[in-house]
Amino acid sequence: MPEPVPARPMIEAIGLTKIFGYNAVLRGLDLTVQRGEFLALFGPNGSGKSTFLRITSALARPTAGIVRVGGWDLPDEARQVRAQLGVVSHLPLLYDTLTAEENLLFFARIYGIPAAQQHDQIDALLRRVGLGRRAKDVVRTFSRGMQQRLAIARAILHDPAVLLLDEPYTGLDQDAAALLDDLLREVAVAGRTVIMTTHDLWRGHALADRIAILSRGKIAFDAPCSDLRRDDLGDLYADVTGAVTAR
Amino acid sequence: MSAGTEERTRAQEAAARPESEPVRHASVIPYWQAVGAIVWKDLRAELRSRELVNSMLLFTLMTVMVFSLAMELNANARQNIVAGVLWVTVIFAGLLGLGRSLAAEKDRGSLDALLLAPIDRSALFFGKMIGNLLFVWVVGLMLLVLLTVLFNITMVKPLIALIVLLGTLGFTTIGTLLSSMTVHARAREALLPIVLMPAVLPVLMPAVRATTAVLNEMPTSEWVPWVRWLALADVLFLFAAYLLFDYVVEE
Repeated sequence: MPEPVPARPMIEAIGLTKIFGYNAVLRGLDLTVQRGEFLALFGPNGSGKSTFLRITSALARPTAGIVRVGGWDLPDEARQVRAQLGVVSHLPLLYDTLTAEENLLFFARIYGIPAAQQHDQIDALLRRVGLGRRAKDVVRTFSRGMQQRLAIARAILHDPAVLLLDEPYTGLDQDAAALLDDLLREVAVAGRTVIMTTHDLWRGHALADRIAILSRGKIAFDAPCSDLRRDDLGDLYADVTGAVTAR
Repeated sequence: MSAGTEERTRAQEAAARPESEPVRHASVIPYWQAVGAIVWKDLRAELRSRELVNSMLLFTLMTVMVFSLAMELNANARQNIVAGVLWVTVIFAGLLGLGRSLAAEKDRGSLDALLLAPIDRSALFFGKMIGNLLFVWVVGLMLLVLLTVLFNITMVKPLIALIVLLGTLGFTTIGTLLSSMTVHARAREALLPIVLMPAVLPVLMPAVRATTAVLNEMPTSEWVPWVRWLALADVLFLFAAYLLFDYVVEE
């Protein structure tokens, strides 16, 4: 019987370095994320989490190192990489003077969704994120939680294989955060590879398959969630980063 | 089975898929479809907010009235300065629009959303530039009517309209490119005029000369070379923007 071929990682970063002026934000970061895996990436402010996501999403060039997404090399094949990505950040990345429907229609057009499918797909997605009745409302009238749900709809509209979430819970109240939890579980179950940066250790542990801690520009800890107890996370995080944390 | 176990099973199954399985990706987006979508979005947003065009039109009205009141000139003197008034007003009113167009995208984070789209970066440039150009044309059209009324000189002529079209094309092309460079700067409102003014001279000079020649009904040989120069400057600016925009917006 032939040996099974090891699957190619969906995201691969090797020796990733990013220097801004004299400040090295990433210092030879190595990380792989398998296809369909949900990785929660923790780290103190300034540890390089957002910079890593910006490089992975082809918004910034690394100073040195290799990044591959779905087998495509960055920055040379940035367009192919961008076609596979959905990105949600702490900013909703939406147009507040357009309606929810118009926002999604615009993104459907620039992501090449065929015109015949656009309206049906948008209607279904707006219902899925609980905004079906607000489709015709201008986004600036939405609460922060509603904007973030619409941002998720925007990010998955083109059915991306990879979802990058940069602190998506920022500014959300408990109810809105719980709704976002459900939505992210649903999105992840659809087989997407997900990287989420967050400061909420418990939430990251509850949602992800694996956690990694970024400290001083490198991955300082990396383990499957099944090997970790939720109650130990605070101490573990403090040990790895030198930070003091409640959870 | 708990949600966590379900997810771990899903990850294991996904990882075990054969390497040859193609990764899903969006279809190739026609270039002009992407440009059209960006123009549609800018027009739609502007029709609803009227933020840019209203401020540009108000500025235009105020400027022309100030010129008209400050310079109580005779007919000949008016004929000589009206081209300058036209282009100074177009440039400064246009600056208001160009400054806000990309700055608003940057401030709300939607510039990243545009840069994340799997489209050619030059399509993004042309989408933004065409949107800006349409707003400047609205201002230019109103300006021609205002100058006709307040300066008592017939400005609404096909040749003048052609010169305004060509001049504003070059101005918005270089303006959109430079505003995408200055949008990340802290003092971008001050920086954009400083870098744009010298860069726009190759358009401004022939535009003013050609407008003056046409208004004074000079022979064709007096204004055709300036219109040619204007067209050449437009082509060079468009080509430079097409080549450079990708580098300008990348971190």
